[in-house]
Amino acid sequence: MSNLNSKIPEGPLAEKWSRHKSAIKVVSPANKRKLEVIVVGTGLGGASAAASLAELGYNVKAFCYQDSPRRAHSIAAQGGINAAKNYQNDNDSVFRLFYDTIKGGDYRAREANVYRLAEVSPNIIDQCVAQGVPFGREYGGTLANRSFGGVLVSRTFYARGQTGQQLLIGAYQAMNRQIAKGAVEIYSRHEMLDVVIIDGKARGIIARDLITGEIKRFGAHAVVVATGGYGNVFFLSTNAMGSNGSAAWQCYKKGAFMANPCYVQIHPTCIPVHGDQQSKLTLMSESLRNDGRVWVPKKKEDAEKLQRGEIKANDIPDEDRDFYLERRYPSYGNLVPRDVASRAAKERCDAGYGVNSEGKAVFLDFKYSIERLGKDVIEARYGNLFQMYEKITDVDPYKEPMMIYPAIHYSMGGTWVDYNLMTTVKGLYSIGEANFSDHGANRLGASALMQGLADGYFILPYTIGDYLADEIMTPKTDTSAPEFKEAEKSVKERIEKLYNIKGSKTVDYFHKKLGQIMWDHVGMSRNAEGLKEAIKMIRKLREDFWKDVKVPGEMDNLNPELEKAGRVADFFDIGELMAMDALDRNESCGGHFREESATDEGEAKRNDEKFTYVSCWEYQGEGKEPKLNKEELVFENVKLTQRSYK
Amino acid sequence: MADKILKKLNIKVWRQNRASEKGKFETYTIENISTGSSFLEMLDILNNDLIEKGIDPIAFDHDCREGICGTCSLYINGRPHGPDTEITTCQLHMRKFKEGETIVIEPWRAKAFPVVKDLVVNRTAFDKILQAGGFISVNTGGVPDGNAIPVGYDDAEEAMDAAACIGCGACVAACKNSSAMLFVAAKVSHLAKLPQGKVEAKRRARNMIAKMDELGFGGCTNTGACEVECPKSISISNISRLNREYLVARFSE
Amino acid sequence: MSKFLTASIGKKFIMSITGIFLMMFILVHLTINLLLIFDDTGELFNKGAHFMATNPVIKIVEPLLGLGFMIHILWSFVISYQNWRARPIRYAKSNPGESSTWASRNMLILGALVLVFLVTHIINFFWIIKFAPDSMESINGTNMENTYKLVSELFIESIPYCIVYIIGAILLGLHLTHGFWSAFQTLGLNNKNWMKRLEWIAKIYAVIVAVGFSVIPLYFMLVK
Repeated sequence: MSNLNSKIPEGPLAEKWSRHKSAIKVVSPANKRKLEVIVVGTGLGGASAAASLAELGYNVKAFCYQDSPRRAHSIAAQGGINAAKNYQNDNDSVFRLFYDTIKGGDYRAREANVYRLAEVSPNIIDQCVAQGVPFGREYGGTLANRSFGGVLVSRTFYARGQTGQQLLIGAYQAMNRQIAKGAVEIYSRHEMLDVVIIDGKARGIIARDLITGEIKRFGAHAVVVATGGYGNVFFLSTNAMGSNGSAAWQCYKKGAFMANPCYVQIHPTCIPVHGDQQSKLTLMSESLRNDGRVWVPKKKEDAEKLQRGEIKANDIPDEDRDFYLERRYPSYGNLVPRDVASRAAKERCDAGYGVNSEGKAVFLDFKYSIERLGKDVIEARYGNLFQMYEKITDVDPYKEPMMIYPAIHYSMGGTWVDYNLMTTVKGLYSIGEANFSDHGANRLGASALMQGLADGYFILPYTIGDYLADEIMTPKTDTSAPEFKEAEKSVKERIEKLYNIKGSKTVDYFHKKLGQIMWDHVGMSRNAEGLKEAIKMIRKLREDFWKDVKVPGEMDNLNPELEKAGRVADFFDIGELMAMDALDRNESCGGHFREESATDEGEAKRNDEKFTYVSCWEYQGEGKEPKLNKEELVFENVKLTQRSYK
Repeated sequence: MADKILKKLNIKVWRQNRASEKGKFETYTIENISTGSSFLEMLDILNNDLIEKGIDPIAFDHDCREGICGTCSLYINGRPHGPDTEITTCQLHMRKFKEGETIVIEPWRAKAFPVVKDLVVNRTAFDKILQAGGFISVNTGGVPDGNAIPVGYDDAEEAMDAAACIGCGACVAACKNSSAMLFVAAKVSHLAKLPQGKVEAKRRARNMIAKMDELGFGGCTNTGACEVECPKSISISNISRLNREYLVARFSE
Repeated sequence: MSKFLTASIGKKFIMSITGIFLMMFILVHLTINLLLIFDDTGELFNKGAHFMATNPVIKIVEPLLGLGFMIHILWSFVISYQNWRARPIRYAKSNPGESSTWASRNMLILGALVLVFLVTHIINFFWIIKFAPDSMESINGTNMENTYKLVSELFIESIPYCIVYIIGAILLGLHLTHGFWSAFQTLGLNNKNWMKRLEWIAKIYAVIVAVGFSVIPLYFMLVK
């Protein structure tokens, strides 16, 4: 456990961050000019970090696999961003946001980190407003708020249904300004394939130029990984097609611990899978549950008729509709948290009440709110979402209920970091969704954007100084060092190996199979037997993959299949570790539901006595079982209670 | 949602192995496509067929597949993002096509967007335009409270309308002059509409236009095609605002 | 300022300014021309034409007008060439009719056809009045060119010329359906609310010009 020093500062919760800031070292402007930082990923975390670090005077190299940094998947977040501004005078506070986040995370996150997140959240809004993010406004010109995800205050700021996009563009613009000044060098269409460690410290990365196929070396004094989550291990998810866990996984293989990999969030309101040709799931904003009622038929024969397409939703009278969320959770009803809503939908569909041809969908019906509020009000609130739904499904949700089904959405788990956001490898940092730090076992709505920007704008730029202050005498990293040569060689060998298998099956074939295993056994509800089975199946599939995958095209050219092959190869390993982690955690908490740990009514049951820890997996080498380290979670400021939404 | 099956489609697509090599059209046949599939899913299936046949799959840009990242960029049957309005290619569904149809797919065509491979083009020019001035010069920290400067509801809404640009390049692809004016106008309008952005509005308009011209985009002749093909329906009234901002900037020199 | 004139918006600015100037001229021209059909003796029109030819203000504006024409025409070729170069490889299949009007895409062609017409027009009338007057008349003691005779004879004697003039008027009208509001758009004198209004005003203006100029040959062809 020697490596696991979380470096949480002493003192009362509310003073930890300010005390820490005054205690850590600072680099002088003259020395910042001599230091280089690599930032991998240009989403909210990466772009905000790259911009802020460059403003401070560091020399930054930023990398993204997309053709432009503006396209990182943070862009897809719709709903909003939380901040403890208390603009609505509804008694919101830093503590309340902290408490909601800790509780929402089912008490599996660090108090100190979460408090700090809540503490810097107001600064994010100020920063974004100054950057020109067009947040929604009241007629008087002040910022507007909406409520979100079942919390009791209105603290969510939004820019129509495109909050993620607008925040990302804000950060991207800040970064562009630094690119123009030459303080940030941007490498788009470059994919990080390895991190280079010299004398125990991260000193650079190996990246592939996705257009020319060239393998390049990049040196720096520190490396920041902001590469998002690994939800695409499930093949079908709401993540972008290119989102992957490979950068984080290479860090893991070089000694960074992977924390809580089994915590993934399943979002309840996605457009259902329509057939075997589907590539990607589309998320519909959670806000829809504010005015939609979720139901399936009461009678199984009605469900079967729906599945065969013999009747339509509107043919079923109200008395034959089972509003199961309202039935099971009378006090929260349709607004139960994401994990609860998702599991309830799965439960009904598994019982045979699913409403689409695959039997894997439930209705989200706006009929009742349209009757109550009028079509105009609903259109004003959700017009763009309704339009998007109609474009995709060809169904008019004003007339017929939407069909929804849960889908993988976010990974709470990720690279383990200490209070400074440094991983177990010195000089290697992980921020945003890529790290594990703030959301525990379940993330609240509108908190992902907050965390990415908190890390990038207001936390990392301070904490990285504490490390770099000791590096001011270190010369520029020499990329001809043997460690770079070695890393480049192994990257090349791996690409050649993949390319030369020349088997018979496409990368997608394997990815889909892996996704199916993950969804069936490591998805919304898990049990020991299934998890053990999954591990076996993943290992077998990985073996087949390395024997029989077919990568077409050329190595020295743009080759999307080759890119995918490398990512999927890592997904096998990530999936395996997720299953192992889920198997270890014999309790139900947040997004992780173990069938063995449930109440008599089938609700999740946490086990605080045994599992109040962060699972930190340590790589032991190819083909070897990873070692589980545990960081005990200490709660001094909140009382652990069982979540109940009845 | 009664999805039908399209038994056969012909896909005529631009193939070009590298920027430096010559390209040409190839026609492939694809069978049994559900009308509920997205256009890109159809291409995924076609690519799987091609890989199985030992043909290099068609390279095309795509990422979020929910219409917001702006990566996908196909010119389908003579229109950017294909035969539908207010959508990106990834949201185009096969129900918009007919049985037995020949679908022609081309990359965005513009001097400033050179082809990288097949249907993939290089849109770095857009980044460069924004780097020339598409930002507000504030550093992290040291900014006033979010409510310190009131922003009128209508101004915020208009700024948001313009800020909705996803940078896909459909405006350039649609324009007969390959002009990037709508793209530039969207950014200039977004920032000019907000008090925070007004401070450096003149400099911004000047620098962004200079960069746009330098990168080889054509000029605007107000045909309005960009607005119609824009997935986010960004209005060409923004172009008028850009012209105004630019003229004011130049005449105040 | 040189930077401004070479910038894409600067070039368009010049097209707009000259365009608006020419549109004003057209309106004046049309007003005078319509005098042709309100007085069969031709006195009214001849007076009008004479006034236009001798008025000192017009004398000053006339060379400017010529310059405006020249710049508008030459610049259009320069701009079109530069815009054309912005897409070295054309689309194999293009469907622009879905998103823009034919006139807006073909301003150069429309303009060039109008130019052909303009040359004919100058040879027919302007040249003769200015440099080779062949029929004079005296009104209230003032000697002036009998322009009415020149115009009415051409239209009464030649149906093909009538048709040429009607086509010319329609082409000009089409050119203006786009040109009118486009000029304001380029000068930044447009916004969300005025977009539709300007487009309507453009259409009305274009119809007035096209119909107004067509009525004159029609009148002589059918009534006389």
